[in-house]
Amino acid sequence: MSIWRDFNQGIVRENPVLRLMIGLCPVLAVSNSAINALGMSVAVMFVLVCSNTVVALIRKIVPDQIRIPIFIIIISTFVTICDYLMQALYPVLYIQLGVFVPLIVVNCIILGRAEAFAYRNPVLNSALDGLGMSLGFALALVSIGVIRELLGAGGVFGFTLYSPAIAATIMVLPPGAFITISFLMAWLNKLEGKTQ
Amino acid sequence: MELFGIFFAAFLINNILLIKFIALCAFFGVSTEIDTSIGMSLAVIFVMTISSAVSWIIYHSILVPFHLEFLRTAVFILTIASLVQLEELYLKKMIPNLYRAMGIYLPLITTNCAILAVAFLAIDYKYSFLQAMVYSLGVSSGYSLVIILFAYIRDRLLLAPIPKWFRGYPIAFITAALMSLAFLGFTHMFGL
Repeated sequence: MSIWRDFNQGIVRENPVLRLMIGLCPVLAVSNSAINALGMSVAVMFVLVCSNTVVALIRKIVPDQIRIPIFIIIISTFVTICDYLMQALYPVLYIQLGVFVPLIVVNCIILGRAEAFAYRNPVLNSALDGLGMSLGFALALVSIGVIRELLGAGGVFGFTLYSPAIAATIMVLPPGAFITISFLMAWLNKLEGKTQ
Repeated sequence: MELFGIFFAAFLINNILLIKFIALCAFFGVSTEIDTSIGMSLAVIFVMTISSAVSWIIYHSILVPFHLEFLRTAVFILTIASLVQLEELYLKKMIPNLYRAMGIYLPLITTNCAILAVAFLAIDYKYSFLQAMVYSLGVSSGYSLVIILFAYIRDRLLLAPIPKWFRGYPIAFITAALMSLAFLGFTHMFGL
């Protein structure tokens, strides 16, 4: 039961992007098309699940004082692996995502989960927590990507639904990212019936 | 002229916050008050210039000759983290006034992705050392400009009548969208 809770708390209740407001940079920057958003989500998922697992595996032998540098080295190892894999397998996507692939290393979600969860919990729970958190991240990122591509480029995942000539180009430009996330957050506030 | 172009491209046209979306987490957290945003911008200008110089030197004089480019992610983040510690010690001892102005933001900056991004981008763009310096100065000035302007606007937002569901973060994002729209107007300025 608690394993299930560890898995699903990241998806909605503690959604890292829309609730905790962390890991925002890649969300806004790569969500200009649904494909880019999906690619970024998979990259973050790989790094987060692997780093959570490794941190949980070695948590009993890591001295408390130097745990942060150790976490950073673990995370940057996986980011480097992901960087080179993506460069080899999906060169077009890699160019689109640009500097945001190596920047996963400073994504607050990953270090945050290593410190707050994986360092204190067994391996299976940590892996599931990483999976849940990254699904929450993917949910927010892909929905923003779909909305922006639909309104701004007239299609989803590269399929054209209506003529791009009548689409609101601003939605795929930088301001569109801010507008989309703002309306999503306001909508979530309304659903919850609470004000900040 | 070329250096001037690099500076203005980094300062306004490709503004790191509003156009490139780097370092946004700290942006929304810090820009609630004018004083904190000034402290943060001082810390960013200071750390970014020094750390991009050091990481440029490390990359071109250690990693490239030994074909260790694949280590750059790990090496840069450790360099930046240890530099921030050194700079903190130095400032505390030598320039206590500046240290006080920066306050807690100096250590926090280690996790600020702008610092690492500038180190990466200066290498991706194949800048020379001087160009990389001008570039990081432009980026950090652009960061300071936006974060201070934004803090002043958010000050006014406290008094504005805002729709119920938009209070707090949503209206801050709308403000950022409008500012970003204004910055899009700088595209192609000076024929860049």
